[in-house]
Amino acid sequence: MNRRGYEALAVGAEIAVPVALLAAWQLWTVHAGSQYFPRLSTIVVEFRHMWLFSQFGEHVVPSLERIGLGFAIAVVVGIALGIPLGLSRWARLWAMPHIEYWRAMPPPALLPISVVLLHSIGNVQKVSFIAFFCLFPVLLNTIDGVRGIDPTLLDTARSYGLRGFDRIRRIILPAALPQIAAGMRNSLSLAVIMMVLSEYFSSTSGVGYVLLISKNTFQLAPMWAAILLIGLLGYLLNLLFILAERRLLAWHRGWRAATAG
Amino acid sequence: MAPGLAGGDGRLMLEIKGLGKTYGAGDKLTNAIADVSFSVGDGEFVCVVGPSGCGKTTLLKCAAGLLRPTRGEVLLRGRRVTAPPEELALVFQEYSRSLMPWASVRNNVRLPLRHKKLSAGERTRLVEESLDAVGLTRFIDHFPWQLSGGMQQRVAIARALAYQPSVLLMDEPFASVDAQTRSDLEDLTLRVREEYGITILFVTHDIDESIYLGDRVVVLTHSPTHVKEIVGVGLPRPRDQIATKELPEFAHLRAHVYRLIKREQEAPQSLVPA
Repeated sequence: MNRRGYEALAVGAEIAVPVALLAAWQLWTVHAGSQYFPRLSTIVVEFRHMWLFSQFGEHVVPSLERIGLGFAIAVVVGIALGIPLGLSRWARLWAMPHIEYWRAMPPPALLPISVVLLHSIGNVQKVSFIAFFCLFPVLLNTIDGVRGIDPTLLDTARSYGLRGFDRIRRIILPAALPQIAAGMRNSLSLAVIMMVLSEYFSSTSGVGYVLLISKNTFQLAPMWAAILLIGLLGYLLNLLFILAERRLLAWHRGWRAATAG
Repeated sequence: MAPGLAGGDGRLMLEIKGLGKTYGAGDKLTNAIADVSFSVGDGEFVCVVGPSGCGKTTLLKCAAGLLRPTRGEVLLRGRRVTAPPEELALVFQEYSRSLMPWASVRNNVRLPLRHKKLSAGERTRLVEESLDAVGLTRFIDHFPWQLSGGMQQRVAIARALAYQPSVLLMDEPFASVDAQTRSDLEDLTLRVREEYGITILFVTHDIDESIYLGDRVVVLTHSPTHVKEIVGVGLPRPRDQIATKELPEFAHLRAHVYRLIKREQEAPQSLVPA
């Protein structure tokens, strides 16, 4: 088969498989008639009713804001802490046990205390909670990325008198960026999890809150519609991130391809 | 020129005085460089050769201010080198690792000029001139990894030239390119040296290369390293890959340096750490 035909087939499969799965789901739910598994068509109608767009502003927008803000804080703090930790063995010696301790903490264990300490079940608590757990992938990947910078490159920078902020901005940050981006991608999917978790625990808005209310009132179609939305959110955010990464780190793909050969 | 005398116009550019470098401590102490002294005159081209593992790169890093010597000192125009001086540029063997893969050829050459007090126009001129000198004008907007190995090393040389150093240190710069490219890069180095009137200290393990390029060749011993001999190269300039290498004098010098190093390699190495 020629290349064109092969690609057409690949794209076709990418669309056909989910369509077939959805069709199977619909057939099965119609056949089973279970109250726990409403028909797919019912869920889709519910989905359109809820999210396009009557409750979009009320529940989806707050959730997205929390993810965006929490993720952004985690990235900024993670890079700002990760660079000095990557550069200094002494700083690592001092900080790593603390980082490893908090990183190993299961997020739900900190949910009650976050509400108590921050006197909030609103945005302050949600954003802090998301930011805290999204911090670790960015932080650890920044540390690793900085440590992994080629010593020849650092020697080059030193011999040309690059110092201080210039050295960080022009050498350290771009050299570590591919690995920082890998950490950011992990953090982004964590952000969706933390958003649902924190909203499900205590909230007055958000898709996690909708999930909780639907469960408590035993409304299964809205519950499934919320699940569908959360999955789609995670998928789309990841897709957006990959597209941005491809543009910003185009050099890295080229460089890797060139050095592998 | 007589061996041991500084070339160029007689003034000293770089002096390496009683330099020693020791790694580790206690039982693991390694005396890499025992005692090395030589000097490089203003405008002179000095090559350093020696058996592999004799600490050539260590020596060059000390001269560049990237490594602190354990003993002795390095003087640049009479001033002691303690950190990388602005008058000095370094070209590494590993071109692909010393160039920034995320930056274009232009930005690679331009980056070291950031902290120099120059106008934007002046910077652009320096970048374009130095890339022109190494024949890469056409590739100014390429990424380094889109170029061949020899071209990448030319980018590194252009970057060093744009920095306008008085001294250029080169650490086995052509060790990882093919033979033809290597000859081309040698001639390019001789040409830019004439154009820029630059002093060059060139480390290599290739005896032919050291004689072809240098005014003098510093031959080092095994580790713990001393200077075995400083060989004056009286070959006429401009040098030519065919005509110069045909000269009886070239063959004679080559055999002489070769014997010095071969004798080094046959000598039993000391197994006791110094």
